[in-house]
Amino acid sequence: MDISELHAIAERERARRTSIRIHCCTSSGCMASGGVVLHEQLTKAVSAAGRQAEIETVAVGCMGFCGLGPMVVVEPEHLIFERVRPDQAAELVGALAGKPCSIERGDPQHPFFARQLPIVRRNGGQINPERIEEYIAAGGYQALYHAVHDLEPNEVIEELTRSGLRGRGGAGYPTGLKWATVAKSRGERKFVVCNGDEGDPGAFMDRSILESDPHLVLEGMCIAGYAVGASQGYLYVRGEYPLAISRLQKAIGQARRLGILGSQIFDTAFDFKIDIRVGAGAFVCGEETALIASIEGRRGQPRPRPPYPAEQGLWGFPTLINNVETLANIAPIINGGADWYASIGTAQSKGTKVFALTGKVRNTGLIEVPMGISLREIVEDLGGGTPDGVAVKAVQTGGPSGGCIPASLFHTAVSYETLAEVGSIMGSGGMVVMDASTDMVELARFYVDFCMDESCGKCIPCRVGTIQLHRLLSRIRAGEASRAELDDLEQLCNLVRDTSLCGLGQSAPNPVLSTLRYFREEYEALCQPEP
Amino acid sequence: MSARTLTINQTLVSAREGESVLEAARDAGITIPTLCHLDGLSEVGACRLCLVEVAGSSRLLPACRTTVSEGMQVQTDTPRLQEYRRAIVELLFAERNHVCAVCVASGHCDLQDLALHVGMTHVRYEYLAPSCAVDTSHPRFGIDHNRCVLCTRCVRACDEVEGVHTWDIAGRGVAARVITDLNVPWGEATSCTSCGKCLLACPTGAIFPRGSTVAEVQRDHSSITRIMTARGERW
Ligand SMILES: Cc1cc2nc3c(=O)[nH]c(=O)nc-3n(C[C@H](O)[C@H](O)[C@H](O)COP(=O)(O)O)c2cc1C
Ligand code: SF4
Ligand code: SF4
Ligand code: FES
Repeated sequence: MDISELHAIAERERARRTSIRIHCCTSSGCMASGGVVLHEQLTKAVSAAGRQAEIETVAVGCMGFCGLGPMVVVEPEHLIFERVRPDQAAELVGALAGKPCSIERGDPQHPFFARQLPIVRRNGGQINPERIEEYIAAGGYQALYHAVHDLEPNEVIEELTRSGLRGRGGAGYPTGLKWATVAKSRGERKFVVCNGDEGDPGAFMDRSILESDPHLVLEGMCIAGYAVGASQGYLYVRGEYPLAISRLQKAIGQARRLGILGSQIFDTAFDFKIDIRVGAGAFVCGEETALIASIEGRRGQPRPRPPYPAEQGLWGFPTLINNVETLANIAPIINGGADWYASIGTAQSKGTKVFALTGKVRNTGLIEVPMGISLREIVEDLGGGTPDGVAVKAVQTGGPSGGCIPASLFHTAVSYETLAEVGSIMGSGGMVVMDASTDMVELARFYVDFCMDESCGKCIPCRVGTIQLHRLLSRIRAGEASRAELDDLEQLCNLVRDTSLCGLGQSAPNPVLSTLRYFREEYEALCQPEP
Repeated sequence: MSARTLTINQTLVSAREGESVLEAARDAGITIPTLCHLDGLSEVGACRLCLVEVAGSSRLLPACRTTVSEGMQVQTDTPRLQEYRRAIVELLFAERNHVCAVCVASGHCDLQDLALHVGMTHVRYEYLAPSCAVDTSHPRFGIDHNRCVLCTRCVRACDEVEGVHTWDIAGRGVAARVITDLNVPWGEATSCTSCGKCLLACPTGAIFPRGSTVAEVQRDHSSITRIMTARGERW
């Protein structure tokens, strides 16, 4: 396969398309609210109206506004229909012929859409994720072609380094540097692993990318394989994501048939295979060394680093591990160039970040925003504030590893550094908005409860420390603790943070420490008065 | 093999390349408390008792899994480390039911020694007091989960020295338990050769010879080490 064939596929696909496309979301969020049935009904309604020649219905991936699903968007006019019921299918098709229509209409200029900057979610809601032709018609696999034909592996890494991309799995490690380390590590074999474990409660950014644009992730993995010198990739997806898994399986099969995956990719000497590994839903298996153990067929437990996976990973060989969203940024960077990417965001945090916006906020769903946007813009402009208009109290970012940021700090610009400064983390992208009705002690207890349940039990501070934290928080919550015990709580937090083996334990106290920092009065109000 | 010079607690120490900070400290007569470490077994860095401060590292590092390097500056006994170690030992005592007065290993127990070493006077945490099983289905040995600290020394001794891998861990968090074979009673674990290496490796009274009573179990962990070194010399 060469570039002209790639162009020919894109050409054929564009020629095949009808003039009007009804995009109906069939990803997990909208599927739960009837998206698949709706898609069927829409197809029937188009036939019933006899307009198959000019209108096609396309089962697309997530458009982000999941709170208003099932979402239907009619292109090219970009008419947005929200909360469409299957029995409204005929009405919707009728509306395209100018008939009256009672379905809720969305405003494309709504800040929820207008303030976003889709890079990794660009194809979400635009293409049918189950057809590689649609991905190719949207410019897919050109970055891979360009990389393997026109660039040396070190040039690919150079481009990534200049782009300033940092890992989206939580820690924000510079991606170019990680790739360079794996490329330089010596090993008979090397591996690329895509981390799609996404275990944070409330987070579904990676699921949405995998479901809506699986080829984007495969393309990123292939380019990674070329750059670091690996010929095998593993996509580790949690078992709770059956739709993502089945779409990835389809996508891998399609890419293999076209010669885009497998041996001699695009007629070069580069071979790359991708296999899926399904996780059994343990949060700790998202930690890279536990994930490696899990792929190797061992108990999913972290081990101390160093050695880092870049030097000794899967079966002891140098292994590149990147998050789904990180890998989804690769093809856009190769296509758009490092300078373009580096022009987005702040000095230290480049590009965009996808957040799952939930909680006490009018507009919930997935948003992709440029780094540097303020929390206030996210909560108030995109999110539309609280549904009943009461004041927002705080946002929680980073899930069980993150912290709460009070409304007084909403001017904070979103970047790895600034979020860490205010005691939270960027994390993988969960963002929960809270109003005055949220009990911060209970919130902290909820996250500690999660970490306690998910602790693998290998190291003592996390295994026993988290349960002791939970006991103490429960006592405080029940009004049984004295103020002096708040100091005990803080000391125990420090112990767990400083001595745990892996990131799970090290960050488990964050929700407690950050609420103690900003909402100490809520803790104190629950404590027994001093004698 | 080349040598490395490092500073441990202001003392200059020379160590072999590739050696751990724990080994280097011990050669220099500096004690760092350990629990999951046992000479001859692989290091898992799980108990966190051997954590030390290393200049230039923002995190505390486990001495058993940290390789010496030239010019390294290590602190093994700062007030912060002392406090953390004591707290970790207390956490262990609060986790299961360590009632020394009725334990077969009393007086010959690494956990007791640790408590003395870190100066534990009381346990500040709530005792979790779980109800744990005692498995006496094996003809020669028993396992009392009340005393287990999940150090996995038995797991590694069985796997790495005896080469059998009868032991492993099931469950997670505080619900984690050592198991034999696919979580069957030890007496039904067909892979077990009854060699007793797990008994030698166990730091507490969790694994005990049947028929022993309070404070009777004396064991010499170094026999595992002897086996490992002998093997090392032969190969
Ligand atoms: C407890 C724990 C859970 C994690 N879960 C995930 C996860 O679900 N997805 C992910 O990409 N990274 C997760 N990470 C981070 C990974 O260890 C690793 O840093 C990341 O996959 C690296 O990719 P990146 O450089 O692209 O961010 C987790 C880390 C910890 C400590
Ligand atoms: S910190 Fe928790 S999850 Fe990580 S190794 Fe220790 S017990 Fe396991
Ligand atoms: S039985 Fe003994 S050796 Fe095995 S994990 Fe428990 S305490 Fe450690
Ligand atoms: S002896 Fe080093 S962590 Fe247990």
